[in-house]
Amino acid sequence: MNLRMFWRKAVNVIMLSLTGASTVLTVAVLFFILGYLVYNGGKDLSWHFLTRLPAPVGETGGGVANAIVGSGKLLLIAMLFGVPIGLLVGIYLAEFGGKTFSFVVRYTTDLLNGVPSIVIGIFAYSLVVVPMRHFSTLAGGFALGVMTIPITLRSTEQFLRAVPNSLREAALALGAGKWKTIVTVVVPAAASGIITGIMLALARVAGETAPLLFTAFGNQFWSSGWNQPVSALPLVIYNYAIGPYQTWHEQAWAAGLVLLGLVLVVNIATRLVLSRKTSAAR
Amino acid sequence: MSASSNPTLPGGPFPALPGRVRHFVERFRRGDEIAHVVTLIFAAGVILITGLLVYVLWVNSSASRHAFGWKFFTTSAWDPVFEHFGALPFLYGTVVTSIVALVLAVPLGVGAAIFLAELAPPRVSDALAFVIDLLAAVPSVIYGVLGIFVVVPFVRDILAPFLESTLGFLPIFKGPSYGIGLLTASLVLTIMIVPFIISVSREVLMAVPPDQREAALALGATRWESTIRVVVPFARGGITGSIFLAMARALGETMAVTMVVGNDPKIASSLLAPGYTIAAVIANEFTEATGTLYLHALIELGLVLFLVTFILNGLARLLIVSTEQRGGAGNA
Repeated sequence: MNLRMFWRKAVNVIMLSLTGASTVLTVAVLFFILGYLVYNGGKDLSWHFLTRLPAPVGETGGGVANAIVGSGKLLLIAMLFGVPIGLLVGIYLAEFGGKTFSFVVRYTTDLLNGVPSIVIGIFAYSLVVVPMRHFSTLAGGFALGVMTIPITLRSTEQFLRAVPNSLREAALALGAGKWKTIVTVVVPAAASGIITGIMLALARVAGETAPLLFTAFGNQFWSSGWNQPVSALPLVIYNYAIGPYQTWHEQAWAAGLVLLGLVLVVNIATRLVLSRKTSAAR
Repeated sequence: MSASSNPTLPGGPFPALPGRVRHFVERFRRGDEIAHVVTLIFAAGVILITGLLVYVLWVNSSASRHAFGWKFFTTSAWDPVFEHFGALPFLYGTVVTSIVALVLAVPLGVGAAIFLAELAPPRVSDALAFVIDLLAAVPSVIYGVLGIFVVVPFVRDILAPFLESTLGFLPIFKGPSYGIGLLTASLVLTIMIVPFIISVSREVLMAVPPDQREAALALGATRWESTIRVVVPFARGGITGSIFLAMARALGETMAVTMVVGNDPKIASSLLAPGYTIAAVIANEFTEATGTLYLHALIELGLVLFLVTFILNGLARLLIVSTEQRGGAGNA
């Protein structure tokens, strides 16, 4: 009996330590990624790198300015397309929606969120690139825009629902209509949360490569218009990393550091704002 | 309620209309109904976009579907010059890399989730969950770069020679390794999907009512026994859901896999050999696809990928929601 008890306690300690070890391992991976990127990318990161065009093959130097601007343009279009849809549907689900239809919308949104990004690329290619006969900034922005819808939508709904009903009732009691209540009271009360959700959505699509491969396509130079191919940071990282030249590899690290830095800063900042907000609400 | 019987609204702009209609017109004038209809249209738009996605994939793969039928999935010739397209090597590579990644990621992810939900103090658990969420936010192309420059040399110089010398008698570890290959892709996928398993599993484990644990502990179970025999079975549906989510993500992952899997359409029994996946072949060959049949074959692959992930995600959502509701009901 004593032996059995000892055995059970030993199993207890061993298994629980193993769960701890898997946590440590996972968290260590993040710090390894960060450290390794900073170590490798930091060497080539300079003002020059951020503000110059790519150098011709064989020449040293050059930068990713066109890719940074290109990513910005793609995100702008993604935002113009995806955010209004996400916002309005979020408002519908939180304020107007019935039961069955809302469930269908919510479920579809979750499934849309899980569609592999390469498939979204095919979608944008067939819908925008083929009719326009051109790889373009618009097509890339559309692909990314589709991907921002689910995240914006769900976070908008969630934060609108978190607004206390007493606020709505107060506005209605003062004679405001439902829409007026939503626009002047409910949405402003949830504004910081909604903006956070939008930022997270943009941060996520900013790192997407697969949907851009055959929509934005990439460009060695400045893009000459919204209907022309455009470069983007993830595309540059991909092309440089699989390329054969040592200087390209170094630049891939540096560009990777820029991208990861942007994504992590947005994520950390918005999540901190969020946690402060939710703890204040408690 | 008719207009004349309401003293606060004497007459109004439409005194002759019956009450319900008048009420509607009143609300319409204030914009409420317009807002309702407009937001409803946008909500329908989301469903429409998803429907359009399916339609586009279906129509644009018609040539390939008609030319090959079901044989598309059972033949392994991929020859753009003679326009013979069989998807078997890609299906094989996709399934193998995802399954190996799951075999590695599930114990790691569920283990870490148990630690965070059951053992760690709430503050530590929240802080670590925060870090793990960041890990999930790292763009896949970054994992690809690390894969090429860190995991590939590691597999080539350390892991593959070790596996060959110790487990080389197994067919799955036979043959030379160039670093790139199915095993390397699986390792990179493992790192990418673990955060998903952890964050969803942690949520469902924390939704298990505390009295379940207390009952087990009161009966003399050790902490581990209460966790593995009571808490985990209670949250089983949600954990399975998190695994489905992770699997859908692994199947559809493009960039990181494309960069390390070797991009060779062969069916090799060894994990050390190079392979190819559905997402990778679309990424590599889509812009080079000449001719309708070639393009449609690639889009049909996209359709397959879409349907499989769609089903997995659908099941996962149902499992997670039902588990969390069960926990919530137990709490109340």
